[in-house]
Amino acid sequence: MSTTDDAVLALSGVSRAFGAVLANDRVDLRVTRGHVHALVGENGAGKSTLMRVAYGELRADGGEIRLKGELIPRERHSPREAIRRGVGMVHQHFMLVPTLSVVENVVLGREPLRRGLLDLAGPAGALRELSRRFGLEVEPRARVEELSVGERQRVEILRVLWQGCDVLILDEPTAVLAPAEVRRLFGVLADMAASGLAVVLITHKLDEVCALAERVTVMRQGRVVDELDGRVVSAATIARAMVGREVLLRVERGPRGAPPGAATLLRVDGLRVTRGEGTDAVSDLSLVVKAGEIVGLAGVEGNGQRELVEALVGLRPQAAGSISLAGRELSRLGVGERLAAGLGHVPEDRLARGLVLDFSLEENLALGRQGEFCGWFGLDRRRLRVEAIRLLAEGDVRPAEPLACARALSGGNQQKVVMARELSRPAARVLLCAQPTRGVDIGAIEHIHRGILAARGRGVGVLLASADLPELLALSDRVLVMFKGRVAGQLAGAELDAPGAAERLGELMTGAGGAT
Amino acid sequence: MSGFLESLVGFAFWVQVLRISVPYVLAALGGATSERSGVIDLALEGKLLVGAFATAWVADLSQSPWLGALAGAAAGALVALLYGLLVLRWRANQIVVGVAINLLAFGLTRYLLKLAYGSTSSSPPTPGFEGGLAGNPLFWACAALVVVWQPLFSRTRFGLRLRAAGEHPQAAASVGVVVGRVRWAAVTLSGVLAGLGGAWLALDNHGFTAEMSGGRGYIALAAVIMGKWRPAAAALACLLFGFAETCQLHLQAADLGLPTEVIRSLPYLLTMVALAGFIGRSRAPAALGVPEDV
Amino acid sequence: MTRAPVMREALVLGISLLSAMAAGSLLILALGESPAHVYGLLLRSTWGDSYGVGQVLFKSTPLIFTGLSVALAFRAGLFNIGAEGQLMLGGLAAALVGASLPAGAPAALALPLVVLAAALAGAVWGAIPGVLRACFGAHEVINTIMLNFLAAALVLGLGHEVFLPETTHTALVVEGARLPALGLAGSAANLSFILALVAAAAVWFYLARARRGFELRAVGLSPGAAENAGVRVRATWVAAMATAGALAGLVGCNFVLGYKHYFEEGMGRGAGFMGIAVALLGRGHPLGVVLAALLLGTLSHGGMAVNALVPKELVDVLQAVIILAVAASSAALDRGAGRAGQ
Repeated sequence: MSTTDDAVLALSGVSRAFGAVLANDRVDLRVTRGHVHALVGENGAGKSTLMRVAYGELRADGGEIRLKGELIPRERHSPREAIRRGVGMVHQHFMLVPTLSVVENVVLGREPLRRGLLDLAGPAGALRELSRRFGLEVEPRARVEELSVGERQRVEILRVLWQGCDVLILDEPTAVLAPAEVRRLFGVLADMAASGLAVVLITHKLDEVCALAERVTVMRQGRVVDELDGRVVSAATIARAMVGREVLLRVERGPRGAPPGAATLLRVDGLRVTRGEGTDAVSDLSLVVKAGEIVGLAGVEGNGQRELVEALVGLRPQAAGSISLAGRELSRLGVGERLAAGLGHVPEDRLARGLVLDFSLEENLALGRQGEFCGWFGLDRRRLRVEAIRLLAEGDVRPAEPLACARALSGGNQQKVVMARELSRPAARVLLCAQPTRGVDIGAIEHIHRGILAARGRGVGVLLASADLPELLALSDRVLVMFKGRVAGQLAGAELDAPGAAERLGELMTGAGGAT
Repeated sequence: MSGFLESLVGFAFWVQVLRISVPYVLAALGGATSERSGVIDLALEGKLLVGAFATAWVADLSQSPWLGALAGAAAGALVALLYGLLVLRWRANQIVVGVAINLLAFGLTRYLLKLAYGSTSSSPPTPGFEGGLAGNPLFWACAALVVVWQPLFSRTRFGLRLRAAGEHPQAAASVGVVVGRVRWAAVTLSGVLAGLGGAWLALDNHGFTAEMSGGRGYIALAAVIMGKWRPAAAALACLLFGFAETCQLHLQAADLGLPTEVIRSLPYLLTMVALAGFIGRSRAPAALGVPEDV
Repeated sequence: MTRAPVMREALVLGISLLSAMAAGSLLILALGESPAHVYGLLLRSTWGDSYGVGQVLFKSTPLIFTGLSVALAFRAGLFNIGAEGQLMLGGLAAALVGASLPAGAPAALALPLVVLAAALAGAVWGAIPGVLRACFGAHEVINTIMLNFLAAALVLGLGHEVFLPETTHTALVVEGARLPALGLAGSAANLSFILALVAAAAVWFYLARARRGFELRAVGLSPGAAENAGVRVRATWVAAMATAGALAGLVGCNFVLGYKHYFEEGMGRGAGFMGIAVALLGRGHPLGVVLAALLLGTLSHGGMAVNALVPKELVDVLQAVIILAVAASSAALDRGAGRAGQ
């Protein structure tokens, strides 16, 4: 056993399972003061679970948790305990109450009192002081719902600082930030580490790791697979450790580029989509997708990719522009009519949009095709059953049981059901795929990628929005990069195979491309 | 009509408005508390009714309105306990349980009425507080509660945790607030307040009558919505509803041939209009009706 | 895979009925009576002779309608607490239309007309909260409750105009607009019961087989996924509430067309709220709704029969206990299943 005295946070042999899935498998991790410690891995590698266990939000099934050398009994651990012992966590989904003010959110759970009433003036002053010291400007009396995403994150960090912490855990803090905000955040984190805090940064973005971390722990499928020195290691080394396989980058595909003479299927002209508050999510965007072409859509989350796809399907109203499918204008049609016209949609939010979780698989396979299975005497259950059995077998869904409840399936198998359905519609000519492999296990990822390529082979046009750059590089014939609701540039054909393609995409994603 | 206008400027008219409003106000304060913590409070009606019965029964036995009021509050809390057990402990659907509790209160009070007094309609006369509105301790208690309740929400530790529990229970839990405990406290408080509202009904009418809550619980809930879930504004909405009811009584007495149902419908219509967002944005606590599950 | 839910439902029902029996026994014992004797008398007075059976069917009929109404809305993800108001207006509409027809109107013409009037009035009242939900996002629970009060006020207000002088009821409907009795020993059971069974069958077909029913269930379970599948979610909400209102409105048939032949203030009161119990107890399935309605109808008529021994209000208490027990035990079992399934 190594000594644990100098580690502020030490985990040894920590395991945690969700049902049959082992999210953390006997993980060891030591975090020391004065460093930024990156915890990297692909989606689903178990990083967040591990840190939520450390923070006491999830109970470990086995193993030991030590804070400042002191063993915390598993069943006694809780966020309250973690905070008391100087561990703070900034969640990926902010844990702030929108209707409360900044200072109310900060003091919540450890409210100071004065003569029996809440003392907000004292903490507000302390917050201003902390804001100044770490360059985290935010007005303590403002209501959180009025703040920008970046400001909300600052509130989360300020809360942890106000509580007084030795360890600051941040879960994917840059996913929602603009590049300038990311740089600023990194500056703050470096300062904090320099002042003696331990900072744990959960991420899957390698450039961030290289920029900031001194120590890098790589997780894969619930285990720690490597410990690296962030100051000397290259992004490629980390990537290899993270992926641990070459399969993903080596899909069987033909030459890049749409087949010669391919017809234009989807044409978007001058599309503008507004957000609720009236700001543009997508502005003046044009693109085409040809038959047998996979067009990748890259971009930092929140740059309009989601809104673009939703507007194309008809889930979100468009403010201006036109959308046509094989020459037919779709702008004025509802979702159902667009589906009938030949669109398919694999939605980003599989659980809320892709499936009715309490429907059986066969009913889920009929979603969006309900008209096809209806005759004079209503739903033709027998025909539906036959079709479902065929699709489940083809889609390699397990269990291939038409009456199984969708909720009971793993994420990967649920996604296979969605894919099978969207590709099964007789008229499907354009497939809109949003984050098709997010939170999906590796076996299913390969299957989904093969499905997308097979559709391309049949002449279906595919628009593939993904945050996973290797996926985009592996599958796409062209990659468009979205930045602030516009196409900031594109890479096509040989450019995608050239060394440094990922870096080039990264530049465009941060608005540094300057092209077009 | 002129008779009605004259009564409008009279002192007695406004005393009556206050008297009618008291049970609404008490129930609405309770409703606002429960709902701000994230627990739907459809059971107000049942708590009023049970509170009223317990008050009349104990006041009759002890000949003391004080003990009666105490019993009313306790009975309200008891109903709230049952409600909490079902929706907080067992996470049963809050709407279903709320409606069922009201049905239970309705049947149980009638059953007990028959048991205790052999009557299907009302108890014998029971003592109440004498000395008019100004001498009624329950009235002053209600007035004090109205003053105190808003700061309770905005200026105390309990209030802050209450609001957090109703808006974003996961966030509250992540900083160590025990959401279940906050909600239990809120539900119990609502029971006590609504029970007191019931006590007012029984003491003010000097006895219990079957179904005497007469939909007041639902109206109080409507007032909570009209007041956008803020206690002071909800109390104000109750006064408005009390005013409408008093007008209706006077118009009825004046027998103008004008359908008094129009005025009677006012609270319901206003509530629907408010809910549709026509009177500013009326936003329910985000986690209202969502069982705590992290 | 399909066996488990059936067992679960059986368990829910078992727990609920037992707890209701237990609560009832306590209340009976409190009066110094014997529960076995009271329950026995209750059974004999209901299913013991054809008059009793007829009365049970008569009491069950409105509960089938309101149970279906609540269940259908629930399958669309909506709470219809407004059956109470919808059935009042349905009854009034049927009575008014039925009374205004010419005296010699043939049944073939008059009956469909009055039944339609009842359904339509209920549908309109039901559609209002649906529209408010679809257009303004206003929650239907409060709105349906408010509409119950508004319906009561409306009936009183209209009563000044349409009730016979010095009474609280309307004129008789014409002969042709009356539903014949089922002929069960002079009981009040009438053709409405058959109509209720037909309605249950129709609701079953709609939910299990019809395209719109499939879409309605999808909306109820996941509005987001339904929208993504091309279902018009808001229109579905409105349609579901209107249909639920129509079903509740049909309650009017039982009293107005089949029994009293006029509308009376307070007619069918309580049946709307009981519909929630029926839908819950029937687990949202039309066949379950029919059986649950028969059970509660039995209690309702049996309560009258044992009134000499125990106050009939006992039945109200038992019904409430059943709802509470069903709600609690199904939630507890759901959570148990969820935990095991994760």
